[in-house]
Amino acid sequence: MSGGGGPSLMDSLFQRTLDDLIKGIRLHLPGAAQSSFISKSLDEIRREIKSTDSQTKATALQKLTYLHSLHGIDMSWAAFHAVELTSSPSFLHKKTGYLAASLSFRPSMDVLLLLTNQLRKDLSSTNQHEVSLALECLSVICTPDFARDLTPDIFTLLSGKNFIRKKAIACLLMVFSQYPDAVRVCFKRLVDNLESADNAQTLAATVGVFCELASKEPRSYLPLAPEFYRILVDSRNNWVLIKVLKIFAHLAKLEPRLAKKVVEPICDHMKRSEAKSLVFECVRAIVSSFYEFEFAVKLAVAKIREFLLDSDLNLRYLGLQGLLLVAPNHLWAVLENKEVVIKSLSDVDRNIKLEALRLVMSMVSDDNVVEICRVLIGYALKSDPEFCNEILRSMLSTCSRNVYEIVIDFDWYVSLLAEMARIPHCQNGEEIEFQLIDIGMRVKDVRPELVRAGRDLLIDPALLGNPFIHRILSAAAWVSGEYVKFSRNPFEIMEALLQPRTNLLPPSIRSVYIHSTFKVLSFCLHSFLLPGKGVNSSRSNFVDIEPGFTYSESEQEFTETDHATSSSGFNKRDTFTQEAVVNMLTLVITSLTPLAESHDVEIQERVRNVLGLAQLAQQEISCNHDQKEKMVDKVDLKTSIIIRLINDALSEDFGPVSLSAQERVPVPNGLVLEENLSKLDSICADVQLSISESFSLVKPILLPTDGDSVSNQQNEEDSETSPAESMSLLAEHRKRHGLFYLPSDHNKNASSSFPPANDPNQRDNDVEDLVKLTDESLVLKRKPGSNRPRPVVVKLDEGERLPITVKKTDENDDLISGAVRDVLLGNEASLHSSNPSGRRKGESHSKDKVENFETGNSSKRRSKHRNHGKYVEDKEENSEKSKKKSGGRHKARRRADGGIDVAVQKQVIPDFLL
Amino acid sequence: MIHFVLLISRQGKVRLTKWYSPYSQKERSKVIRELSGMILSRGPKLCNFVEWRGFKVVYKRYASLYFCMCINQEDNELEVLEIIHHYVEILDRYFGSVCELDLIFNFHKAYYILDEVLIAGELQESSKKTVARLVATQDSLVEAAKEEANSISNIIAQATK
Repeated sequence: MSGGGGPSLMDSLFQRTLDDLIKGIRLHLPGAAQSSFISKSLDEIRREIKSTDSQTKATALQKLTYLHSLHGIDMSWAAFHAVELTSSPSFLHKKTGYLAASLSFRPSMDVLLLLTNQLRKDLSSTNQHEVSLALECLSVICTPDFARDLTPDIFTLLSGKNFIRKKAIACLLMVFSQYPDAVRVCFKRLVDNLESADNAQTLAATVGVFCELASKEPRSYLPLAPEFYRILVDSRNNWVLIKVLKIFAHLAKLEPRLAKKVVEPICDHMKRSEAKSLVFECVRAIVSSFYEFEFAVKLAVAKIREFLLDSDLNLRYLGLQGLLLVAPNHLWAVLENKEVVIKSLSDVDRNIKLEALRLVMSMVSDDNVVEICRVLIGYALKSDPEFCNEILRSMLSTCSRNVYEIVIDFDWYVSLLAEMARIPHCQNGEEIEFQLIDIGMRVKDVRPELVRAGRDLLIDPALLGNPFIHRILSAAAWVSGEYVKFSRNPFEIMEALLQPRTNLLPPSIRSVYIHSTFKVLSFCLHSFLLPGKGVNSSRSNFVDIEPGFTYSESEQEFTETDHATSSSGFNKRDTFTQEAVVNMLTLVITSLTPLAESHDVEIQERVRNVLGLAQLAQQEISCNHDQKEKMVDKVDLKTSIIIRLINDALSEDFGPVSLSAQERVPVPNGLVLEENLSKLDSICADVQLSISESFSLVKPILLPTDGDSVSNQQNEEDSETSPAESMSLLAEHRKRHGLFYLPSDHNKNASSSFPPANDPNQRDNDVEDLVKLTDESLVLKRKPGSNRPRPVVVKLDEGERLPITVKKTDENDDLISGAVRDVLLGNEASLHSSNPSGRRKGESHSKDKVENFETGNSSKRRSKHRNHGKYVEDKEENSEKSKKKSGGRHKARRRADGGIDVAVQKQVIPDFLL
Repeated sequence: MIHFVLLISRQGKVRLTKWYSPYSQKERSKVIRELSGMILSRGPKLCNFVEWRGFKVVYKRYASLYFCMCINQEDNELEVLEIIHHYVEILDRYFGSVCELDLIFNFHKAYYILDEVLIAGELQESSKKTVARLVATQDSLVEAAKEEANSISNIIAQATK
């Protein structure tokens, strides 16, 4: 027995027991000592587990299971031994084997194949505890193979002893999800279990399965509504009632008449029950699916209020959750409990605070956003950093929702953003940065305020020390540079941008600062050298009045840009005095020169740009000192020419760019996009088999002549394909490689009415059109009461950028519900009609089983196809029937439900509802 | 349905893990790490629910052990709280005022009892008495098997001498 690496008899005799192992682990301190003990034990286990003595093997496996489940040790290597033990005649060893299997097996393991037979044997064992072990294991590790092979065995258990039956029923959920065809075999018996009220546990298990199934695809289970209704009225088991309520919450959304019928019993339960869990489930069902019934909602809200005022934190939390569910349809319920909600913002429990915050956010509208934000900022200042940021985050996301839909006063919003930036714990720099720039680009009217807010942030040296707001400062710098024409005092901004503490900024943000310096510099030089020329001129309202600022005290006058107003040269000449400009140039040169040698490429390059311009300007302006009155000279200077060019370049407005903009760029002549793609096809062998088969990948590279022939041949092929075909090829390619494409514009009309984004000739019109467009849409929306018009917010087709949430049901779920429909339809057909061709399904289970099993073993596609045929048959038959019964009703129902599901409903629901 | 059950000690040691939804070993240890950090840091007398990755985790502390169960958003939290209590009461009855050490040294029994309470992530038996009876029967089966095994191993031992 002691040959090879196997365990010796001594090993077996003196094997460490599980207790020894656990004690050993507890003796060793966590860390190196413990892990070395574990690895030593693992070596022992590896040896012991190979033993032929099943007791030794079982103990080893048990120890390994312990290490696996509590210390995360891999035990996939021992899978075979676990399978071996499950077949042991000893119950103890079998149990150990199954425990190991259910805790560690993965669907991908090959060993699973070996387990099938053992599971089948144990499922049909006379010892019900063995059956139970197998079922438990199967419920965890079920794979499509297991499900397919073991469905008949589980089917038999569905009418066995209660103890086993409930487990088999629970197991079905896994089996169905792995192998939808099992529905055809087992569904009828599952429904039978719904009707047999003799055992509470089997009923609970059955309802549990339906609850899970209905949550995925409720429509198929509508025909079972009468059964569920009976349970809802009769059952006194809270576990069952909670599940039934969940099922009805799903079903009621589909069938309004059903809702009418069940809302009363639900209210009865809500009034009568002592169990909070059941009451809350009733509340949840009412507010999420029965919100049209005023009396029910009132009752539910009263219950929610009880919860909110309870001393138990759990109930308070759930109360808030209930309110959150009511909010979309009955905002009054939230407003009624406003105080409790606001008070909850300062609760001890963070989760409750979060719920309260969500509720507050659900109350926000354009009327009260200012007020609510004021309250929230107050709370943010008082709260701990984490919750403070949570508040800021939800304010930011709520206000920016749908392109700042609820913001009317943007000046206020910009000042709110600036205020947020100054909150010490603020960690939402990134979002605030984005919004500051985004608003700047979208809302023209707010730019002066934006520049003022940006200036306030920039000139505060204290802010530079807080890394969390560096991102915001970067936005402020960008805004100040881009919209410097709105600034009251560009020199002041220049000083702020160049202050010594900017060396605390990370290079990426510093380069934004320097680039802004460049913009401010070119703006000042332009105003000085070329007054009255170009677009930047004049000023009507002063934004940042700050007389205390040292640098520009003497020259308080300023520019503003208004395309309409023509130059007011006096002002400008007064502000941009020779002295001021020369001072500024000196400042720029002295503060930036050290950075010219910066190791950061971005900084270095930008600094050199600025320095080049500044030095050139300095030379020429100082030379001309004597003749400063001569405007003519100024205009002729080299600097002036450059400045004019630069200014032209910079004066172009940035706008938000639609993600689908790329699509609208016209394809230039000579660029044939599709040709490229078809070549790609030939390269990607998997895309187009026909092409790739005829040309190998290697040849063209080895022999260039061959390569030519390839492309020639391809051209021929291209010419052969009709345009429609190539379009479909393109579409196919897009579908396959959607990842590489920008999200496309889904609205064809919008895209065609939109001029190309980058067409230089059209750009101005473009913006104007857009402005008009949004103007019009705003006029329609604007409330009559508001005295202050909302500024224009430039919107693109942003809405479509958001991922479209298509509710996608699993393929398996589809299959399951399809099968369920078939079964239910089959029942009905055999009950109601004497269709000669229809098989009588309800008559004998065994026959049913055999037939269906044949279906199951054939390919899925075939069985599906067959069902389809059957389905159509049934449908026709049904429609005939219902035509006979009631023509009008049929029509109405078809409209309500749409599609194929009509057939399912029309059979059963009327009996129940009417 | 319940996606998984975790028992974590106050020191962050795992005492039991049962997964009803598929998670890879890597995900499992990540989940345990995340949740134990989240739940252990919560003070006493707070509510028993935490939101986590779009799921809800219902937890309750009994002595030095945290019992955690993860459920879907739309599942009933109070019901799960009752399930936890149900399980704890059954453990208590079985071990006779259960403590952490009982669960450490009898980890397999904790699993077997859990398997009688939950199956496929659903409650399967709401009667404590029934569970106790079933577990007792299984124990007697195990005892019988043990005795038999001992006698057999004696025979083998004698035979190999």
